[in-house]
Amino acid sequence: MARLLAFLLVVSPAPWAHAKEAAPAAADPALEQKVMALAAELRCLVCQNQTIADSTAPLAEDLRNQVREKMRQGASDSEIIDFMVARYGDFVLYRPPVKATTLLLWFGPLLLVVAGLLVLLRRLRRRPPPELELTTAERERARKLLTESEAEPR
Amino acid sequence: MNRFVLPLAIFAALIALLAVGLTLNPREVPSPLIGKPAPHFELPQLDQAAKTFTEKDMVGRVWMLNVWASWCVTCREEHPVLLGLAKSGAVPLYGLNYKDKREDGLAWLKSMGDPYQLSIHDVEGKVGIDYGVYGVPETYVIDKRGVIRYKRIGALTPEIVRDKVLPLVQELGRG
Repeated sequence: MARLLAFLLVVSPAPWAHAKEAAPAAADPALEQKVMALAAELRCLVCQNQTIADSTAPLAEDLRNQVREKMRQGASDSEIIDFMVARYGDFVLYRPPVKATTLLLWFGPLLLVVAGLLVLLRRLRRRPPPELELTTAERERARKLLTESEAEPR
Repeated sequence: MNRFVLPLAIFAALIALLAVGLTLNPREVPSPLIGKPAPHFELPQLDQAAKTFTEKDMVGRVWMLNVWASWCVTCREEHPVLLGLAKSGAVPLYGLNYKDKREDGLAWLKSMGDPYQLSIHDVEGKVGIDYGVYGVPETYVIDKRGVIRYKRIGALTPEIVRDKVLPLVQELGRG
C-alpha cells in the first residue's frame, strides 16, 4: 500500500502545478498588471463564474491577448470594454451598467428594504399602546402589598 | 386565517420565480450582434490557403455561417443536420474552421462529409472573437444586406432547422 502511494505521488503531477493563474508575458510587468486588472472585470463566457483573469479556458486566454494587444496599441480601458460588449453583450461585465433593463437588478434590493421598513412601521403603529395607568383598585392593592411586606417581621 | 395569506402569496411568487429561473439556460447569452452588420473578415480558405473569402463576397444573398472545429464533440453530433441542410439546397452554408489545425480540419471533412460551400480557416480565433463565439458550434444566418439575423449557440437540431432557420431563410429570401 505504502509503495503504491509513493508511486502515485511520483507519477501524478503536483496539484499546485495547475493552480497558477495564466502565465503573464513577463516582458512588461506594468502593462501586465493593467491587463490583469481589466481582465478581472470581464466574465469568461466559457466558465461563466470566472473572470477572464482567472480562467484558463482557451477563449479567456485569447481575450487576455486581445486586451494586451489593444493596450499596447494605446486603447483606453473603456474602449476595450466597449469592444468586448459589442461582441459578447453586457453579460461580459461583472459590473453591469445601469440602464432600463437592469434597473430592477440595481435597485431591487433597495426596494426590498423600503418594503420591509413600511411593513415594520405599519406593525409598530397598529400595536396598542401599553397600559400604564393603574386603576384605583390596583393602586390600593399595590399599597397594601408594600405596607404588608414592610410590616412583616424578618 | 387572514394573516397567512400574504406570506403564502409571497412564498408562492418566489417559488414561481425560481421555477422559471431553473428552466432558463444560462449558456444562452443573447448576442448583441443580432440586427448588426456581420463583422468584417478576410481569411484563407481551408482547402486552398492561397485563396481568401470574405463576408463581402456574399452580399446580395442569404447565407449561413457555421463555426466548427475537429476538436469539437458537439459538432460531430450536429454534422448530420448540416449535411441534410446542405443537401436540401435551401441556403448556402459556409464553415468557419475555428482554432483548428488545417490538416485536422480537412481530415474531419473527408471522413464526415463536407456540407460547406467552403470553409475558412481561423487559426488564432480572431474572427471568432469578432463574432462573439464562445461555444463551438455556433451558427449565424446573414441576410442579403450582410446583417446578422439569427444566431444559434450550440448544435443545430432538425427541429430548430425546421421551425426557425428555414422559415427565416425563406422570409429573408423574399425580402
